[in-house]
Amino acid sequence: MGKLLLKRMLLVIPNLIGVIIVTFLLTRALPGDPAAYFAGPAAGKEAIEQIRIKLGLDKPLIVQFGRYVADLAHGNLGNSLSTGQPVLTELKNRLPASAELTLFGLILSILIAVPLGILAAVKQGSWIDHICRVVATAGVSLPVFFTGLLLVYVFYFKLGWSPAPLGRLDAFATAPPQVSGFYLIDSLLARNPETFRASLSQLLLPGFTLGIFSLAPITRMTRASMLAVLASDFVRTARASGLNDRTVIITYAFRNAMLPVVTTLGMVFSFLLGANVLVEKVFAWPGIGSYAVEALITSDFAPVQGFVLTMAILYVVLNLIIDILYGVIDPRVRLEG
Amino acid sequence: MKRREFLKSATALAASTAVAGPAIFSPAKAQSRAETLLIVSESGPNNLDIHGVGTNVPGYEVSWNCYDRLISHEMKTVDGKPYYDKNKFKMELADDMKLDDMSVTFKLKKKATFQDGTPVTAKDVKWSLDRAVSVKGFPTFQMAAGSLTKPEQFVVVDDNTFRVDFARKDRLTIPDLAVIVPCVVNSELVKKHATEQDPWGLEYTKQNTAGSGAYKVASWVAGTEVVLERNDAWVGGQLPKTKKIIWRIVPSAGNRRALLERGDADISYDLPNKDFVELKADGKLSIISTPYSNGIQYIGMNVKNPPFDNLKVRQAVAYALPYQKIMDAVLFGLAKPMFGAPANAATQVAWPQPHKFNTDIAKAKALMAEAGVPNGFETTISFDLGFAGVNEPLCVLVQESLAQIGIKCTINKIPGANWRTELNKKVMPLYTNVFSGWLDYPEYFFIWCYHGKNSIFNTMSYQSKETDAFIDGAVSAAANGDKATYDKDVIGMVDQVFADMPRIPLYQPYVNVAMQKNVSGYQYWFHRRLDYRTLVKG
Repeated sequence: MGKLLLKRMLLVIPNLIGVIIVTFLLTRALPGDPAAYFAGPAAGKEAIEQIRIKLGLDKPLIVQFGRYVADLAHGNLGNSLSTGQPVLTELKNRLPASAELTLFGLILSILIAVPLGILAAVKQGSWIDHICRVVATAGVSLPVFFTGLLLVYVFYFKLGWSPAPLGRLDAFATAPPQVSGFYLIDSLLARNPETFRASLSQLLLPGFTLGIFSLAPITRMTRASMLAVLASDFVRTARASGLNDRTVIITYAFRNAMLPVVTTLGMVFSFLLGANVLVEKVFAWPGIGSYAVEALITSDFAPVQGFVLTMAILYVVLNLIIDILYGVIDPRVRLEG
Repeated sequence: MKRREFLKSATALAASTAVAGPAIFSPAKAQSRAETLLIVSESGPNNLDIHGVGTNVPGYEVSWNCYDRLISHEMKTVDGKPYYDKNKFKMELADDMKLDDMSVTFKLKKKATFQDGTPVTAKDVKWSLDRAVSVKGFPTFQMAAGSLTKPEQFVVVDDNTFRVDFARKDRLTIPDLAVIVPCVVNSELVKKHATEQDPWGLEYTKQNTAGSGAYKVASWVAGTEVVLERNDAWVGGQLPKTKKIIWRIVPSAGNRRALLERGDADISYDLPNKDFVELKADGKLSIISTPYSNGIQYIGMNVKNPPFDNLKVRQAVAYALPYQKIMDAVLFGLAKPMFGAPANAATQVAWPQPHKFNTDIAKAKALMAEAGVPNGFETTISFDLGFAGVNEPLCVLVQESLAQIGIKCTINKIPGANWRTELNKKVMPLYTNVFSGWLDYPEYFFIWCYHGKNSIFNTMSYQSKETDAFIDGAVSAAANGDKATYDKDVIGMVDQVFADMPRIPLYQPYVNVAMQKNVSGYQYWFHRRLDYRTLVKG
C-alpha cells in the first residue's frame, strides 16, 4: 500500500508542473489589461504605466514566470488585486466554506440517490423506477443558479421558512472559533447549539440546490450497476440458497455494485466543486468558486492561478482517496498495487 | 374578585409580559439591531485606503466615512432631497479657512484626535497630502486636477496651522481639497509600518483604517463583509446616530431585492432600473433617485477615421438614435433626457444640458445622402459588459434604428476588464460610455472629454482649435473671477461641440437608492456613495 501511494505521488509531480505552466500562460493570454483596470476610471496613459511597473507587468513574460515560480517555492501565491489580500490566506479562509457546502450537498444527494437507485433497480419498471427517472432528469436539466433562485424565492421570499441568503451566517450572528473551518463542526466543538442551528439553516438551501443537481448521475449509476449485479450468477446462487431479500440485496449485491458508484461519486464531487461557482454567487457564499470568478472578471492573475492550482491538487488527492477506497471495497484491486 | 375585573387584570398582565417578553430574552440584540444598519451591495472594497494601488470604488466609500478632510461641503435641498452644495464649504478637520490670493491657510480643530487617541497636527496633514501627490496613479491624478502637484505646496506653519500654496490660480483647487483623496492620515502610526519598498505605508492602510473619521473598520472579510463601528470621539461634525454598519456583499441582484422587500436589509443601491421602478410603484420602501452630477451617457464616434470623420454622417446618426425608446425601454424612465431641446432654446451657462436633436429618420436619410453614403456602410458598436444591464439593450435599440438609414452595426461586447484598454486605444468606431466628474463644473467636464490635449476620456480623438480656445478661456476666466467672459466661453464651447457632435449625449443617469421606510438621512454626494454619518434608523 505504501509503495502504491509513493508511486502515485511521484506521478503527481509532472501533472502539477504542467498545471503551473498552463495556468500561467492562460491567464496571460486572457484579454484585458490589469494595469488599465486597476489604475481606476480617471487614469491616463502615464498613470496606467505607473501601475504596470508597480505590478511588475512591464517585465518580459519569462521573468514574470521565474518570479512566480520562485514565489511558489516559498509558498507565496501572490496577492489578489481585487480583494487586496494574499491569495494563500484567501484560499485558506474560503476553501472550508466551499468544502462544507459541497460535502453537505453531496451527502444530501447520496442519502436520497442511493436508496432511490437501489429501489429502482430492485423494482425495475415500477412507479418508483419512473419517479427515479423523472427526478434525475429534472435535477440535471435545471441549471443550478435557477434551482437556487427558485428555492430562495419559494422558501425565503414567499414562505419565510429559510433565513436570508446572506452567506454562511446571519449578519448579526458571530462565527464559531475556527478549528476545522466547517461551521457545523466548529459550532458543535464550541458547544454552541444556536450557531449550529443558524449555520445549518443557512446551509440547507444551497445544499439542496447542489444535491438536486447531482442526484441524476448517482441514482442512474446506482441503478445500472445494481441491475448488472442482480442479474449475475452469485446473486442467483444466493437467492437459490434461500437467503432473504435483504441479505441478498444489501450484503451481496450492493457491495459489489458500489465500485462504479464510488467512481461516479469522485466525478460528481469534482463537478460539484465547479457547479459551486454559481451556487456561491446566488447565496452570497464566501467560497473559492465565487472568488475565482470575480478574479477572472477583473483579469486578476494571482487568484486565478492559485485557484486552478488548488483545484488541481484537490483532484489529485481526491483520485488518490478513491483509489484507496477501491482497495477497501474490492480486494482484487489491492493485489494489483 | 369579579369575573370582569379578573379578565381585565389578566389581559393587562398578559400585555405587560408580552411587551417585556422580548426584552428579557435579548435586550442587547434588539438594541444593537436598532442601532445597526445592514447595507447590501454587489461588490465590496479591495482596499480601505483611497491612496492605495488600484483601490476600487467601494473602497472610496470606506475612505469617505473613516477619514476626515480639512473641509467638506454643506448640504442644500434639490427636489426636496439633501444634495451637496458645491459652492458652500464646511469645516471638517479645519476650524477656520482663510483664503488669500495665492494660498489658503487652515487652523485645525484643537480637540481633533485620531482613532488611536493621538492629536491631529499640521504635520499629519502635510504628510497626508504629500502622500496623495506622491503615490502616483489615481490619487495623484485627482490632486493634479486641482493644480495640487508638489509636496512643496503644503506648508506646516505651526502645530495647528497649515497652508496650501497655489501653483497657479485655479478655481478647482479648493473644491479638490474637499474630494475623497486629500484625506488626513495618522502619520506617526502609518510610518511605524512603512518599509523601504513601501515608504508611505500603503500595505498597512490597505488593511487598517488610520484616520480621525466618524467610523472605523472593525472587521473586513474581502468580498464578503465590512463591519464599521462609530468613533465616539469624532469632532468633524455631529456624532452619527448609527453605532454600527454591517455591509454585506450579495452578488445576486434578485436576492438583494428580496432582502429589501422582506425587511432583512436596510439599504441597497445597485439594483437594475426595472427593480427600482417596481419597488417605487410598490411603495413599501423609500426610493431616492438623483441624476449623476456632471455625468452623461453618450454615443461616441471616432472622428479621426472614416466614416465618422464626416460631420454629415455624425449628424445623421444624431437624428437616427432612438432617444425616447432608450428612455422608456432601457431605463424605465429613471434618467434625465439630454436630447430634444426646443429649437429656439438659448444655450445655458450650465452642464449637462440637452442638445436639440431628436429622432427623425427622414432627416437622417437626407444627411446620409448629402454625406455621399446614401446606401450606408458597415461598422461595429462596442459596449462595456460590466454594465451590460443598460448597455446591451441600449446598443440593440441603436443597432435597429441605425439599420433604417443603412448603417449596419455588429455589436461588440467587451469584458469589463478589457474596456479601459480598448478605450485607451481610441480605435472603436462607435460605442456607448458614461463619463462623470467629481468636480461639478462645465469646464472640468470639457477638459477631460473634449479638449485637444486628448485625455483618455476624449474617446473620440476630437480636435478643435475653437473648442480648445473656449475651454482655456473659461478656465482662466473662472480663476480670475471674470464672469462675463466665463459665461460667453461656456456657451461657446457647448455650442461648438453640439455643432461638431463628436459624441451624442443621451441622458444623465440616476443614482438609485432603496431603503426601508424607517431609514432616513440619505444625502447625495458627488462621489455617489453612501455617507453613513447622517443615516438614521427608526
